[in-house]
Amino acid sequence: MTGEPFLSVRDLKIHFPTDDGIVRSVDGLTFDLERGRTLGIVGESGSGKSVTSLGILGLHNRRNAKVSGEIWLDGKELVGASPDEVRRQRGRKMAMIFQDPLSSMHPFYTVGKQIVEAYRVHNDVSKSVARKHAIDMLGRVGIPKPDRRVDDYPHQFSGGMRQRAMIAMALSCDPELLIADEPTTALDVTVQAQILDLIRDLQEEFNSAIIMITHDLGVVAELADDVLVMYAGRCVEQASVDDVFHAPQHPYTWGLLGSMPRLDRARSERLNPIKGSPPSLINVPNGCAFHPRCAYATLNGGRSESERPELTEAAPGHLAACHLPLDRRREIWESEIRPTL
Amino acid sequence: MSTSETTTDAAPAERPAPSGEPLLQVEDLGKHFPVTAGLLRRQVAAVKAVDGVSFSVRRGETLGLVGESGCGKSTTGRMIMRLLDPSFGRITFDGRDITALSQRQLRPYRRDLQMIFQDPYSSLNPRKTVGAIVGAPFHLQNVQTEHGVKKAVQEILELVGLSPEHYNRYPHEFSGGQRQRIGIARTLALKPKLIIADEPVSALDVSVQAQVVNLLEDLQDELDLTYVVIAHDLSVVRHISDRVAVMYLGKIVEVADRNDLYERPMHPYTNALLSAVPVPDPSRREGRERIRLQGDVPSPLDPPPACRFHTRCWKAQDICKQQEPPLVALSPGHEVACHFPENTTVSATDLVAKAEAGPSGSGDA
Repeated sequence: MTGEPFLSVRDLKIHFPTDDGIVRSVDGLTFDLERGRTLGIVGESGSGKSVTSLGILGLHNRRNAKVSGEIWLDGKELVGASPDEVRRQRGRKMAMIFQDPLSSMHPFYTVGKQIVEAYRVHNDVSKSVARKHAIDMLGRVGIPKPDRRVDDYPHQFSGGMRQRAMIAMALSCDPELLIADEPTTALDVTVQAQILDLIRDLQEEFNSAIIMITHDLGVVAELADDVLVMYAGRCVEQASVDDVFHAPQHPYTWGLLGSMPRLDRARSERLNPIKGSPPSLINVPNGCAFHPRCAYATLNGGRSESERPELTEAAPGHLAACHLPLDRRREIWESEIRPTL
Repeated sequence: MSTSETTTDAAPAERPAPSGEPLLQVEDLGKHFPVTAGLLRRQVAAVKAVDGVSFSVRRGETLGLVGESGCGKSTTGRMIMRLLDPSFGRITFDGRDITALSQRQLRPYRRDLQMIFQDPYSSLNPRKTVGAIVGAPFHLQNVQTEHGVKKAVQEILELVGLSPEHYNRYPHEFSGGQRQRIGIARTLALKPKLIIADEPVSALDVSVQAQVVNLLEDLQDELDLTYVVIAHDLSVVRHISDRVAVMYLGKIVEVADRNDLYERPMHPYTNALLSAVPVPDPSRREGRERIRLQGDVPSPLDPPPACRFHTRCWKAQDICKQQEPPLVALSPGHEVACHFPENTTVSATDLVAKAEAGPSGSGDA
């Protein structure tokens, strides 16, 4: 890995002005991603994960959304680029898998036709060549009898197959960056496992960079190399997947880990939820956005309420935004949090 | 199609509270939705949503009903509530057969039998205040309260962790977790005996989900409630249930005490389900033994014959395509419907053969 990272997002801000005030959906996000690596973005609803992914793809309506910062994809800047330029990149260089495959496919056109269309926008080929390619792609994502199923309509596919078709569509132009927004949330566990395996295999084959957006820490642990935890539009913690699960540095990450009932541990008598609920993005709390829900915010003599914590390095390659002194956090994790997980 | 009479009268769970007698008993319950065609609306087929399930729930216990979408778990819950009329089978609640009661005759039972719905957004009337929503059961049932309905409602709101001042607010002013609390408050209003919770936390964020799970457990201890929790999330079900029933395509394939089921799952489908759950521990990514099921759940319009899981089962033999395995207890309190179960010490084939010879011999292993 030399030189420029493949994808580099610098201080990305996506704000939506509304009558009630500015919705700061993404408020200063910075991360890098290399080819062949998977970044998991975790957060609750309204934390800005999906807005981020749409922002990278340039899918926000520029009249409604104020996008600032920089997005570098393979040496090209996308925030300032013309819509036509972004459009050329989208589909060919980067593609997206959406959460709900039923509503993100057109019900009037056959699955094959939709893949063919996407392929022909970016490649100057005849319809029959594109159709062959579509059949090939459907076969590669594990759809049985692809030469027949290619003429089916989306409603003739089951949920898992639709998601496979969606992946086939996204991969039809060999994108180097694949953004998967909750790709398995609408699916049953057994099908989820199949799809996660598929994504893993395809990544090996295509060496693409993947951004995996999910609220499910289990999915992240299965697939991601690095993890970015978002809260109220900002990154609160960013580290390798091992560090996030074995030595997390932010109280919010602790809270997420403590809230989950886990099958891989003995059953705990009680879960440890985070109190309260995620804030409205119009009225993000001052200082650290998490402080009203944080059990340790009072240890700082009010600093969390007044001053926004910056992301600082807690360990090499491990960033966290918290005012608590580092050794104090380590101590809390070791003595209070870890034993309860 | 009567599967053997195998109601669970086995050893009680470790929680001391549940007494022996069942509060709810479901016997060979089924629901077939007709598929009609043509001018005369002739029935051409039936969706066998639930096809003969039997289980019982003891007082004070929580039964988890798990399975993938389309397995019939919600239909089962709705039939117990009598929101759907069963096609066949029997539901006994608190010692009385409620299967054939008319809606009018059911009225008195509605006090004791309540439901929590999945979606806290669509299950609350947006035009009514919280007070009106939670107070409605009192008016509908003509319940006299000591200090008026308002006081009673405010007490319930406090019980579920909301503030009494929320009485005059509307549902849209609340977050998802708070709305789910309002829904829970409504079900608790008349102090029911049994609560059917259909995916009570799946629409909520992780951090809020844990709050609601804890709330349900506290309320159970405080008010002596019995729950049937319907969910697809196996880790939530393990956390909340005393006993767990696993459903596949309209049938129960395995019932056992929670610890038994999660530590020694016997049915291949249960094994596959458990191994498919992503584990939130990256260090276990390698070397974890995974069972990957092929394909999708078959359509309940035309379920596979005999064992319904045989089309996806890696252990399937000829017998699985010809003979439906009955639900039999292979160890005390652990019932499985499989010809070739896993994790069992006793020779299952013998037991299955015995069970087939006569249903009476099935109970004890």
